[in-house]
Amino acid sequence: MSLSMLYALAGVGLFVLGLHGLIVQTHLLRKILALNIMGSGVFMLMVALARRAPENPDPVPHAMVITGIVVAVSATALALALILRLQAMTGRAELPEQQTRP
Amino acid sequence: MSSGLNTIAWIVWIILIPLIGAMLCFMWPRRGNLLGMISAIATVVVVVALYLQLLDQGVIRYAVGGWRAPLGIDLYADGLSVLMLLMSALVGLGVSFYARDYFKQDDENPAGFWPLWLLMWTGLNALFLAADIFNLYVTLELLGLSAVALIALAGSKDALAGAMRYLLVSLLGSLCYLLGVALLYHAHGTVDIQLLGSVVTVHPVSYAALGLMIAAMVLKSALFPLHFWLPLAHASAPTPVSALLSAVVVKASFYLLLRLWFDVFPAVTLGLGLLFGVLGAAAILWGSVQALRQTRLKLLVAYSTVAQLGYLFIPFALLSPIAWQGGVYFMLSHALAKAAMFMAAGNILKFGGHDRIADLDRVAQRLPITMTAFCLAGVSLMGLPPSGGFIAKWLLLEAALTFEQWLWAAVIIVGGLLAAGYVFKVVGYAFTQADHSHDARPVALTMEWAALGLAVGAITLGLIAPYPMALLAIGDPLAIREVSP
Amino acid sequence: MNKASSILLLALLASLAVVLGYAVLSLPGQADGLADTVAAQMDSSGVSHPVTAVLLNFRGYDTLLEMAVLLLALFGVWSLAPQAHAGMSATSAGPVLTALFRLLTPVMILVAGYLLWVGAHAPGGAFQAGSVLAAAGVLMLLCGKRLGGRLAGWPLRVGLVLGTAMFVAVAAAVMLGGAHLLQYPIEWASGLILLIEAAATLSIGITLIALFLGVRPITGQQP
Repeated sequence: MSLSMLYALAGVGLFVLGLHGLIVQTHLLRKILALNIMGSGVFMLMVALARRAPENPDPVPHAMVITGIVVAVSATALALALILRLQAMTGRAELPEQQTRP
Repeated sequence: MSSGLNTIAWIVWIILIPLIGAMLCFMWPRRGNLLGMISAIATVVVVVALYLQLLDQGVIRYAVGGWRAPLGIDLYADGLSVLMLLMSALVGLGVSFYARDYFKQDDENPAGFWPLWLLMWTGLNALFLAADIFNLYVTLELLGLSAVALIALAGSKDALAGAMRYLLVSLLGSLCYLLGVALLYHAHGTVDIQLLGSVVTVHPVSYAALGLMIAAMVLKSALFPLHFWLPLAHASAPTPVSALLSAVVVKASFYLLLRLWFDVFPAVTLGLGLLFGVLGAAAILWGSVQALRQTRLKLLVAYSTVAQLGYLFIPFALLSPIAWQGGVYFMLSHALAKAAMFMAAGNILKFGGHDRIADLDRVAQRLPITMTAFCLAGVSLMGLPPSGGFIAKWLLLEAALTFEQWLWAAVIIVGGLLAAGYVFKVVGYAFTQADHSHDARPVALTMEWAALGLAVGAITLGLIAPYPMALLAIGDPLAIREVSP
Repeated sequence: MNKASSILLLALLASLAVVLGYAVLSLPGQADGLADTVAAQMDSSGVSHPVTAVLLNFRGYDTLLEMAVLLLALFGVWSLAPQAHAGMSATSAGPVLTALFRLLTPVMILVAGYLLWVGAHAPGGAFQAGSVLAAAGVLMLLCGKRLGGRLAGWPLRVGLVLGTAMFVAVAAAVMLGGAHLLQYPIEWASGLILLIEAAATLSIGITLIALFLGVRPITGQQP
């Protein structure tokens, strides 16, 4: 297995790990972190597989990842602002139905 | 004259005008209403111009930057994209009129309704015209983030929770979609939809990408059982935002699903069609029953959206061109009717200060325009003639009965009966006197007329069916001519 | 969640990982992707670094929409957050932080400028430079410094939209000669790209700083 395949599989692993965290964690900040990990997994897969080109790496996935990072930062910023408001209003950074669970 | 207008690249201005409008509204928040309305009207004008250009020239493929795919990004306009553009333009215009009186002008905060809504409109238009699956990812994010921010404008605990859940769902969907895009690109070396359609074959990567991208779109379109995020998000948002979300935003991901289904993955769709049909039927029945059980008006309308979205998935199981025409027509008429219904619900909410259905104190007499709008919208949702909803259900039933799929026909008819149930529930209470009278707060006339306008639009769709059908045929997006037996 | 459902979840996710891993492994070990197509067109792109060419020229439309997304995040954060009040900003930083701020800020601004310039022929460009500017800004915020009264109104908003506005302006302006959106005339391509990137660097930096602050700054007077 080539090095780029190894990194690509690691990207898949990050994606699935992040998905697990998103589902299982109740604290909203951790859910956002889990989403970021999923994003990093996808980006790593994109860049790793771009290395399969025999000479120079394929530049298009690199540009896509730069775009993806900016979009992820924007989404995270909005999410954090929303979490802060929710916490200010309810006192806890969790979705309401999860606050009532024991 | 027509040739002069035809040389203008309207397809580009449809995306740029709302973007410029958003920035202008941010720079001059005091003139927000004026600049916003100008941008809205300008966008509608440009959409109509593109419609005329499409009728003249046929499908339009535009290479941004002069670079053709696979190197660059293409924009693509065919009958289906222009139908979606017209749908969101009409709803958007109605919502813009409604919002002028709904939101109080907040001079302190430059980031209010208008910049957010105009950026959402930019995302919508860019999505409907995109021919590149990575470009679609960016437009999906534009759409999702603006929707979240707009929901949160309401400021209540429910709105914030609904917005947060919607954000998590939206980001999850987008990331699954992006992973699918990554797999497809690395398998085929392109992200252009047309090029992918010709090279995607049966292969593990195709199935993986198909699964990821379809799952993402189904999540974003709130198909049962992945609909859990919708009711609270749509019901607790400010009324014009609720109208936009139910009428247009959920349809955008459905549109993407159609594009993926027909243009990228036609070779590998397996038996998903039947699964979609079953889930759609479950959505119709379950959503309608939940709507009947609601005590709050906006939640009732939101569950009605869950139910009505189920109808959109029935054509996947029927596999006939008439069914697809019915599905698209359903999308259009539901958009107008649901937006009108939400606006009417919002007027009632503003009028009485609450939206408890049992306490609708003779609203019918006191808000006649609003109730007319609600009833007309209800006619379309129930599928009674003459209305767009009737035409849509007629086409679906015709497809089901032609192929002797009695079960689907039964579901469609039962769905109509249940819709009648919840619509008449509201209308019934609207004519009765409540136990305690409430002080009435005035509702601006523009808000009432906007609701009525859209409701009349839903009815009109029942009378002008040949025009949208002819438009849908341009470019043959639903492969109607190549029907498999 | 109880034991049974967590085991079920782990089983489902493990099978997802296996399916995805199998799909990835089934990809060919060597693939050019679009590397050759990009290389063939580099001469008419106006820059000599392939990633910058893709980002600002071949797929510039994606970058334009992405700048709109960043602006949208700011609109969203400002629509949610209350306006800052005077008591919020008076944090006194210790001597180390203040000294660090004084030493590093000019260096960071220089590095940002360099990254912007070098993006044409080596890794770099608007986003990277903007991020370094933002880091300098975050340092400034941590030291308790805030943007003063008049500057925080209209000028701040201009700075925020400048990148996207410049991008849209250039994209539309090149259509005047009958070209397509974002189709730079070849002899002007490198200049236009630098212009867009310069405006974008400023905007990205300011937007990221504003996102970090999270609240709308106090405006001294109404614009």
